[in-house]
Amino acid sequence: MKTDIILAGVGGQGILSIATVIGLAAMKKGLNIKQAEVHGMSQRGGAVQSNLRISSKPISSDLIPEGQADVILSVEPMEALRYLPFLRPEGWVVTNIRPFRNIPDYPDMEALIPQVEALPRVVTLDADQMASDSGNARSSNMVMLGAATPFLNLSPQEMEEAITEIFQRKGPGVVQTNLCAYRSGLEIARKRQEASR
Amino acid sequence: MSNYLLLGDEAIAQGALDAGLSGIYAYPGTPSTEIMEYVQRAKEASGRAVKSMWSANEKTAMESALGMSYAGKRAMVCMKHVGLNVAADAFMNIAITGVNGGLLIVVADDPSMHSSQNEQDSRYYGQFAMIPVLEPSHQQEAYDMVFYGFEVSERLGLPVMMRITTRMAHSRTVIHRKPELAQNELKLPPNARNYVLLPANARVRYRHLLDQQKELNRCAAQDGYNRFLPGTDTSLGIIACGLAYNYLMEHFPSGSCPWPVLRICQYPVPVPMVEQLTSVCSRILVLEEGYPLLEQQLRGLLPHPSREILGRLSGAVPRDGELNPRIVGHALGLPSQTGQAVPPIVANRPPAFCNGCGHSDMFKVINEVMEPYGPNHVFGDIGCYTLGFLPPYNTLSSCVDMGSAVTMAKGAADAGMSPSLGVIGDSTFTHSGMTGLLDLIIDHTPATIIIADNATTGMTGGQESSAFGRLESICLGLGIHPDHLIVLLPLRKHHEENVAALKAEVEYAGPSVVIFRRECVQTAARRARSKNQE
Ligand SMILES: Cc1ncc(C[n+]2csc(CCOP(=O)(O)OP(=O)(O)O)c2C)c(N)n1
Repeated sequence: MKTDIILAGVGGQGILSIATVIGLAAMKKGLNIKQAEVHGMSQRGGAVQSNLRISSKPISSDLIPEGQADVILSVEPMEALRYLPFLRPEGWVVTNIRPFRNIPDYPDMEALIPQVEALPRVVTLDADQMASDSGNARSSNMVMLGAATPFLNLSPQEMEEAITEIFQRKGPGVVQTNLCAYRSGLEIARKRQEASR
Repeated sequence: MSNYLLLGDEAIAQGALDAGLSGIYAYPGTPSTEIMEYVQRAKEASGRAVKSMWSANEKTAMESALGMSYAGKRAMVCMKHVGLNVAADAFMNIAITGVNGGLLIVVADDPSMHSSQNEQDSRYYGQFAMIPVLEPSHQQEAYDMVFYGFEVSERLGLPVMMRITTRMAHSRTVIHRKPELAQNELKLPPNARNYVLLPANARVRYRHLLDQQKELNRCAAQDGYNRFLPGTDTSLGIIACGLAYNYLMEHFPSGSCPWPVLRICQYPVPVPMVEQLTSVCSRILVLEEGYPLLEQQLRGLLPHPSREILGRLSGAVPRDGELNPRIVGHALGLPSQTGQAVPPIVANRPPAFCNGCGHSDMFKVINEVMEPYGPNHVFGDIGCYTLGFLPPYNTLSSCVDMGSAVTMAKGAADAGMSPSLGVIGDSTFTHSGMTGLLDLIIDHTPATIIIADNATTGMTGGQESSAFGRLESICLGLGIHPDHLIVLLPLRKHHEENVAALKAEVEYAGPSVVIFRRECVQTAARRARSKNQE
């Protein structure tokens, strides 16, 4: 078993919180993990990504080779497209459609979203909206994690255990809202996946 | 023992704590910063009274670590590659004095310049100083090598360098810990005179270092980090250094490469191991992250008639930039694979000031004051405020090395450029700007030094700044005239008065310091969060 995941977003959006949950779930399962992160200059509002590799066999490279990622998980729609050269032909893109506009030449949404939705295997969702609906606007990354779960070779139960462990420190209320957000994302992805069968 | 999911930087920090570290000194710099940050968070560091400090700069850090080693304890000093330029005087001479307690110098290179001014390769410094250099190929090896590094440092009485690169530093993996070692006892060096590099002593010490080279070679050949891996296809031999070994093996998921491979993770490179490879292969591909150090050594000055050396110099691998699986696959002649191209609709997203950053209000003031003089009168330095070079500000004309805004402003003023301004961050100022300001004051140079004081070391993630609460007293102590040391609050509502105040100092025909002071929004938010949690 091997899953290569590219996490994409903008510096400050907290993509590493998603990586932390996946990493913990994979570690508890005894899998090998490599997770290359971006620290430094780009964290100041620039494009950031993290290469997360999980495998039952030893992993050599910290970087995912081009054309080999199984999933691009993006918390921002334009950033989802930036890493397409890394996606394998049968790979999935799971992306939030809420734009993060901090540049003057951010593309028109009417042009951007159709391009994202035209990708052959894609799950799009408004994770920010779903997060507020589930009671915590700041849990949009957990919505995204839910939406990506069917493609990660880790079970929802393993993910939920990891979420619980990570947020425990902040109290049972925080655990619950994050689990709630997670489940709403998971639901969307399952529907989308069934529709594509 | 328990397993941890750690960054390479964190694995090194944990390794040091487990290997009996007594003190760590560093100045922040991507990609080395997280080593110190990990130690500062670690419970066992406070429990075992491990000294940790963000020093004023890399040179003071290196010397403090030497002092700790002198007293018999294990010490570590960490920096990014360009930091070693700042610490180079200490570094070169520590190879001559030698050490008492183990001294590990961790230097993080940044090939492809993700967050740096250049991509210099620190292995050259190791070679220059003639000390052992360790270059781990994975994070667990980095952890293990910390134990080895301290042990060999004490055995040889030499500092040991660990050279890492961005991907090693910032990639996370599961680390298996070893049992903890106790710290060394305080024990002054038996030969304290070794540290007195008067010519008569220095010559003796230098000859000793030369004599030790045989032993360094023996360690590199026998201590297990360099390995010869036989292969069946001898049409090509591969030398893979550090991380390059992973990019090579990525192409062989079964774990066996058809060609013979020499894996190098410790320097100096043992010649007999290279000969073992060249005796069976006449075409050699050198894969190394950084400059073509080994490739150049193998080539020598004159071409070898019956040997072909491939690498960054031959064009088999690009001359600059970091390696990746694709580049290595291409050098091996393997078919490459790529996904869909990036659609043209994707716009660049360069780093930018955070919303509400005081630096942006400062640049608006500077631009208004400098408008009548035309562009290119304002030198910049290194930090978040360097983004003042980018649109919409276009204020800065330089970013060279820490402290250079101050002294370039001096030199240009000396040449007759008027007005001449330098913009420098608070942490950069105490790192290397203070001494330059002294030059300006002594010479009564007509230049205005602007200190962008956000009360933190922002660019590297908000470490405490040595300048905090001390800027005025430092400047006054250096001799700036009190009338020409002013502090402004960079907020939009103060724009007009700030413009007037800065204008007056720019027009003044002597040295002046203008401090724009407002706390970094990220640091302020973090402080508020941690207060809430209490
Ligand atoms: C010799 C050297 N050491 C470290 C660095 C890494 N570095 C780049 S910017 C920076 C922080 C500068 O902080 P400050 O001057 O306070 O400016 P701020 O980012 O807070 O605006 C550091 C440590 C470097 N480029 N060169």
